[in-house]
Formats: sequence, structure tokens, C-alpha cells
Amino acid sequence: MPRSKMTGAQAVLECLKREGVDVVFGLPGGVLLPLYDAIYQSDIRHILVRHEQGAAHMADGYARATGKVGVCIATSGPGATNLVTGIATAYMDSVPMVAITGQVNTFLIGKDAFQEADITGITLPITKHSYLLRSARDIPRVFREAFYIASTGRPGPVLIDLPRDVTVEEIEFSWPELHLPGYNPSLKAHELQVKRAAKALMEAERPVIYAGGGIKFADAHQELVKLAKTLNAPVTTTLMGVGTYPEDDPLSLGMLGMHGTKYANLAIQESDLILAVGARFDDRVTGKIASFAPRARIIHIDVDPAEIGKNVRVDIPVVADAKNALSALLGQIQPKPRSAWNAKIEGWKKDFPLKYIPDMNVIKPQFVIEKLCELAPEAVITTEVGQNQMWAAQFFVHKDPRKFISSGGLGTMGYGFPAAIGAKMGCPDSEVIDIAGDGSFLMNCQELATAVVNDIPVKVAILNNGCLGMVRQWQELFFERRYSATILGRTSPDFVKLAEAFGALGLRASKPSEVEPVIRAALASDRPTIMDFIVSPVEKVSPMVPAGATLSEILELEWCEESHAAHVHGIVGIPGSMEECL
Amino acid sequence: MKHTIAVIVENKSGVLTRIAGLFSRRAFNIDSLSVGATDNPDYSRMTITVEGGEDVLEQVIKQLSKLINVIRVSELQPAESVERELAVIKVAADRENRSEIMQIVNIFRASIIDVSARSMIIEVTGDVEKVDAIVQLLRQFGIKEMARTGKVSMVRGARVIKV
Repeated sequence: MPRSKMTGAQAVLECLKREGVDVVFGLPGGVLLPLYDAIYQSDIRHILVRHEQGAAHMADGYARATGKVGVCIATSGPGATNLVTGIATAYMDSVPMVAITGQVNTFLIGKDAFQEADITGITLPITKHSYLLRSARDIPRVFREAFYIASTGRPGPVLIDLPRDVTVEEIEFSWPELHLPGYNPSLKAHELQVKRAAKALMEAERPVIYAGGGIKFADAHQELVKLAKTLNAPVTTTLMGVGTYPEDDPLSLGMLGMHGTKYANLAIQESDLILAVGARFDDRVTGKIASFAPRARIIHIDVDPAEIGKNVRVDIPVVADAKNALSALLGQIQPKPRSAWNAKIEGWKKDFPLKYIPDMNVIKPQFVIEKLCELAPEAVITTEVGQNQMWAAQFFVHKDPRKFISSGGLGTMGYGFPAAIGAKMGCPDSEVIDIAGDGSFLMNCQELATAVVNDIPVKVAILNNGCLGMVRQWQELFFERRYSATILGRTSPDFVKLAEAFGALGLRASKPSEVEPVIRAALASDRPTIMDFIVSPVEKVSPMVPAGATLSEILELEWCEESHAAHVHGIVGIPGSMEECL
Repeated sequence: MKHTIAVIVENKSGVLTRIAGLFSRRAFNIDSLSVGATDNPDYSRMTITVEGGEDVLEQVIKQLSKLINVIRVSELQPAESVERELAVIKVAADRENRSEIMQIVNIFRASIIDVSARSMIIEVTGDVEKVDAIVQLLRQFGIKEMARTGKVSMVRGARVIKV
């Protein structure tokens, strides 16, 4: 390979190019001047954010929407620490990401220099791996390793800390071979384990397939559908797995767990065999672990061996990439007819559908989601965290594995809007809609400037209920309606004016009849657009398994008392503020 | 229940931090940890003693194996391996009790590596129980200072932990 002389900063750009990076999200700073000078002269697109947390979430949203590694850049000290929440979010949800941080000159490290922070130390527990570069000679090797580690096995964020003097050092660039003796992402399923799993699946009378985010990362949704159809086995997904199995299919049980469907949770509890694929038995999924799926044997397929046996006992472990394992399983099973089990589940679906009480005068948040789904069924949906997230998971009919993007593990409010910008950069031809709350949207609303300046026409649907709704819901149910610090009421800004102040389009719907026109106007717009839906402040996410309860102890909450509704209205003052809005 | 594991790691800066960080983040209890060179300068070897049931041990091994700089992790069964720890113990010693201390040192095949008018430093090598036992006996004279290495361990016979 011909060698050429270049600076460390130029070498970084050369590495990014070789790794197929076409866009990076970042914000410059003192120690990054040489790197940004190289970016200025490069053809890689740089999206300037307004806060580094936004950069991390954009890289994350880009990665989830495309399957490629997302890249974010921040300067040393506060720039780097601002990435932390975004890195932790990506780590909890196994998102392939490379975070590049500036660092003070190597001779200043440890001297408490201006804008110095030990970012490799700070991010140690929330990265798959990290590097602190000491010499520009290591740049090609470190970047190659970082992208490989981030995107293989169980994906995750890798951080590269880049001291200023390393970026100006001149090197002969050469692209090295990978040499990682301690990293062998195991991918192929053990034949004997596959045989045992297939046998168990053929023998089971009440099987349930429980699919998680691992299906997305392994691109295994087609295999999943084939397996379910061959076995006539119902499929429930985790929040991370939403979209991996088409929800309009009769075998779909929707989501399980705390705010899953009642029929998914009942099916799990009655099942005699659970096939878990790329999921990790999170506490929001299992409820009380001791009484989770008491009658079921468990097959657990995961690419990360440490997930197997971490939270539940597993009868048949299969360490493998989901695509590989499911393909192997498909070779070992025969079609099974529909059974009494299928009929039983159909009965539950009829008896306990997801539902809410429609209202002629007040916009129900679920109604907004249903309308979005009706008018933009192919949209990529990102969410914030809380009620908006759960309603988006429940009432939008998800059919595509990469079209539901949500912070599941960390539960990061403020995630959805920057993630939508990242997703739109990755999928410019798709409509991208962030389903938000009035609380969470404000956490990263500064990125409106990023969307406007860079002409990234994402749409935001704010379910404006005047409160931090999920916490308010818990206070109503478990803290005798003491609404401590959850009522935002009139303290939120006018979101329409906020959008306009940034140069975006702002729209508002205050009555149910305005919902559809507002959505249509937003979808017709080629600008970043905020839809402010003034929704019922008392609506709760239903059903609900209280924390620490067994999945079958699921509560249906959709009926709220009139008197209580009035009480909350009094606090929130919604009718007044609605009039003001009009 | 205590378990002993040998961990071969890349000899790079920050590796010890990653391992220690993993134990604290996952709430695993480290009893002792020793680290030193191997025959290959690229790798170091750690011997870690952890407290916990079989499920904890399984998680410790799996989580350690996930670290990029960790080359190999293996459990050492006490019955199939030899273990040693070194301790140096500074004991208050004067004319009155010096010979009594020397008797104890002899019984344990330990050695005296420093003597002064009011103190002695004793070096002892052995398995953890032996070191515990001599420490217990020396306590009556007054232990002024003690440093223990934590144990190192190796499988008996020709079997090796391959890198």
C-alpha cells in the first residue's frame, strides 16, 4: 500500500473515510482546532449541533436507523462530559457508535489543564471500549479497532480520546490489519444446542417467542417471521424489539412487560416454552422475577454470553448472532398447525385489547398516535421517554425493524428529537417523526437550530399534557395524588412561537377535530415542524404492571374518574391555557 | 463461597482500572487481587479471589471475558491447583519475647528479614490459611505493620492456561 505523510487530524479523517463514514455530528472547541481544520477540507459532512448531548443522540439515531456506526465529536472537558448521557444511552441499548473527544496536549494530561477531563475514566462503565491516544502513529489502528468493536458482536459505543498534540503530529499513514487477541465475538450457534432448542420448540404446546433489539442489530427479522409462521408461535417484543415482528400479523402479541399488552403478559405467564432472542430479561419486562413465566422452559439466544443466565435461569442457552441462530433453527423444525394455544390467545386479544376512551372535546394522546399512524404509516418514529414513549409503542402499528427508535435501557428524556435528526440524516427519503412530551422536548429543543440551519425536515409531535406525565401517573396511583414537582402547567413555553423563533414551522391542535389537519400540514411541510397537541392531562398509560408485581397482576387504568379529572384540571389550568393558545 | 480465577490480560495502561471498574459496577466482591508479569512481556497475569455463589462466579467470568484487553479467564479449582501468598509483618519485639517469636517463625518456616531493638520484620510464604495462622499467632506481640501480596495460583500438573 502506498504511504503518504499527513497530520494526525488528517489521518483521523482518512480513517473515517475508509470506514465509510459520510456524516459526523459535533461541536468544535480549542483542542479540536486542528481536527476541525481537517474537517473543513474534507468531504465528510459535519452537522454542527448546539449541545454535545444532541450530537451523541444524533449519532445514535443515525446508527439505529441505518445499522451503520454513528460518529459524534466533542471537545475536551465540558464538551466531552456533555456526551456522557448520549454514550450511556447508546451503551444500554447496544448501539454502534464511535465518540471522538478532544483532549488537552499529552504533556498537560493530569495537570488539571484548562478544559481537561478524564473522559476515558468517566465513560469507563458506559463504553464497550475506549482509547486514549498518545501518538498519531496509533490513529489508524485505533480507529480501525474502534469501528470493528463498535459494530460487531453485541454492538456498543467506543470512545477515542484525542489529545491536541496527537492531531498535529505528522505520520506516514498506513492501514493496519486487525489484531485483537482478546476480542472474538462469538457468532455461530452450537449445533447441539440448536438441536435441543428445535426439539423443545416442536414439543411445546404453548410456546411464546420473545424478541428484542438483538433481532434488529443482526438483521434477523425475516428469519423471525419465518420461524413464527412455521411454528404458529405467537411473538411478543420488548420495547427495543418493537417493529421486528409486524404488529398487524395475527401472531403478533405486541409489546410485553410493564406497559405491554395484557394478552402478551398472560401468554408469557401461561407459556410452557419461551424462546428469547436478542433480549435480556430486563426488570421492566419480567416484572417480579421469581414468578416470571412459572411454567415455561426457557431457550435464550444471545450474542453476548454474559446475558445468558444473568437475570433468569435458562434451560437451553444458545450463544449466537440472532440471524445465525434463527437460520439454524429453521433448518431443524417442521411446520406446526394452529393449536388450542392460538385460539386461547385470540380469546385474550378479544377480551383485553389495548384501548382508551375517545373524547369529543379533549384530545386523547392515543388518538394523536393513531392518526399519525393512519396518515404516516411508513414513518420512522423516534420517541422521548415516559408516557409519550409508551403510547407511541402501543398505538402506532409498527411493522419495520428500524422504524421505531427509542431510549429503552437508560430511558433518556431529550433523546427523541436529536435522534430524529440523526435518523433523518441516515434516511433522508423517510418521514421522521419524534413523538414527544412537553417535558422531554425542552431537554434538547436547542437542536431546532441544527435542524433548521442544516435543512433537516424532521417533525415533532408534542403530546402536551402540561405535566411530567409518567411520574404524575405513578403519584396518582401510588403516592395518594401528591403531585410533587410534576405539574408544568403554564410554565412551558408556547411551542408554536418557540418553533417560529428558531425558523421552524409551528402548528397547534387544541381539539380532536384539529388533529388531522395539523398532521396533514406537518407532513406537507418541507421544513422542521413542531405540532403542539394540547392533550388530556389526566390520561394514563394502560395497562400497567406495578413495579415488582407479577406480569399477570396487570392493571387496566383507562377509566379515570370525572371528579379526579377535574381536580387535575384545576391544578394544571389546562382549559385556560388552551384558550390562551387559541 | 470463595473462588479463585486467573486472568491473562494485555499488558497495557488502564487495564487494571477496567477490571476494578467492572467489579465495582457489577457489584462483585473482590477478596484479593494480585497482578504481575508473565513469561510473555505483552501479557500480565492476575489472580483474583471473589466471594459469591456459582451464579456470581459465572457472571464474573463472562463479564471479564467481554473486556477487550482480557485474553483469557479461567477458574482454578482449589483441589487441582497450588496457591501461594507472601506476607511481610513488622512485629513489636524486644529482648523479652524475641526468642519466642523466633520459635514461631521456625515452626512456620518463615524468615526474619530485619531486626531492630524494638521490632522485627518477618517474611512468610504459603497458602492463605498458613499466612492467616502466623498472623494470628504474632498478634499477641503487637503487629505494627503488615503487607500481603494477595495470592497467586496455578494449576497442578502439565496443564496450562493457554494464551
